[in-house]
Amino acid sequence: MKSDVVIVGGGVNGCALAYRLAKKGLKVILVERRFLTSGATGACGAGIRQQWSTKENTKLAIDSVKHFEKFSRELGMDIDFRQGGYLIINHDEKEVEQSKKNIKMQRSLGLDVRFIDRDEINDIVPILDVEGMHAIGATFCPTDGHANPFKTTFALAKAARRYGANIMTHTTLTDIVVENHRVKKVKTTNGSIETDAVVNAAGAWSKKIAEMVGIDIPNTPFRKEIMVTERLKLMFEAMVISFKDGIYFSQQKEGHILGGLPIPEEREGYNFMPTFMFLTHMAKTLTRYVPSLKYINMVRHWTGFYDVTPDARPILGESEEVKGFIHCHGFSGHGFMLSPKVSEVLAEYIADDKKDEILDSLSLKRFKTGKFTREKSVVG
Amino acid sequence: MKTVIVCRCEDITEKEIVDAIHAGYTDFEELRKNLRIGMGPCQGRVCIPLVKKILQRETGRKVEENPTVRPPVVPIPLGMLTKGWENEE
Repeated sequence: MKSDVVIVGGGVNGCALAYRLAKKGLKVILVERRFLTSGATGACGAGIRQQWSTKENTKLAIDSVKHFEKFSRELGMDIDFRQGGYLIINHDEKEVEQSKKNIKMQRSLGLDVRFIDRDEINDIVPILDVEGMHAIGATFCPTDGHANPFKTTFALAKAARRYGANIMTHTTLTDIVVENHRVKKVKTTNGSIETDAVVNAAGAWSKKIAEMVGIDIPNTPFRKEIMVTERLKLMFEAMVISFKDGIYFSQQKEGHILGGLPIPEEREGYNFMPTFMFLTHMAKTLTRYVPSLKYINMVRHWTGFYDVTPDARPILGESEEVKGFIHCHGFSGHGFMLSPKVSEVLAEYIADDKKDEILDSLSLKRFKTGKFTREKSVVG
Repeated sequence: MKTVIVCRCEDITEKEIVDAIHAGYTDFEELRKNLRIGMGPCQGRVCIPLVKKILQRETGRKVEENPTVRPPVVPIPLGMLTKGWENEE
């Protein structure tokens, strides 16, 4: 087999990039070890947020939302995108100070976001117990929202196939052949593929893929747990999130309340099993935020992985050591919401030789030079 | 086929399942994630064996895999979970 580009990983980022490259007329093969959305995409909380502390993430997210708004029409499949906003709860003066700094930066980039007082919180999400949450204010961006990660990924894969991309599921990458510091070939359980470019979009397994070409990336896998309740009448539209308590939850279109929070005992590594500790912790925090939920049934609980980098921001762009090896990982829990813009930037780099400046600030090199800013607006 | 409900929690008919299989969702997990079968209160106890049969019939392939089972298997009220283990604190 021969291909212009081989993408490793059938999550939302791999499929989005396959779609964009195939649309530009490139020959694309995507290899996925299991099935599409089997990694972090299929376990994610479905949120789409533009409120960040660093410019790069805010920019990527604002542009991604513009794509999400068009995706259902563009891809010919409904991805259930809806904009109910994100309500970020603030609990103390220090958080408020940081929020005001963030808002100033976010507004300078054109984002509609504002600080809201404690009394206004219930106007946005009526079921919240402001007292129980110990809230003193919040920030709110009405154009933040949700989409269905399965439908988005399937829609992207379907559109990619329409443009001729070959998406091979149940196919494991076993080796990458490099000659003269250039990618030459990849080997898979379903045959070898000659190629000039390999994109590492393997999420929590990116470290292992990078090792195949002798590159060490500073990513660590972290288990994250999420639960979902039975269906309820629609009561609120915004995602509620607190960086201090680590909790986030929202009501899905179908009526389920879906949310997660990190357990304090969590350690890095490939731990797949859900924990009872999470359930206790989650139930306690969630019912403190919304006491009436104590009568509601929790129906399902699962785990997924964050692929975490030292500054909680993705690593993007071509490697300097191995030409043709392209980084697209380290999303640190935010891969779904950033994927529309990230795939556009990388597709332009690969197909049109156009280098967006964001690729400089989010290159792997930043960890060597030490020139990076940590993203503060993260859960866990 | 239009009126046969296979997944009672999520109201999915046999026709919807057959259509999805013919649209290319032939992997049990992709089918499940596309249609939400097995994600309701019964967690697939009713529909999974039926979906398996339909998938087998439509693809002619022997379906041996089972979708992931998620805890807690039976729905539990959040208020009960806040109490944690009996011997905790």
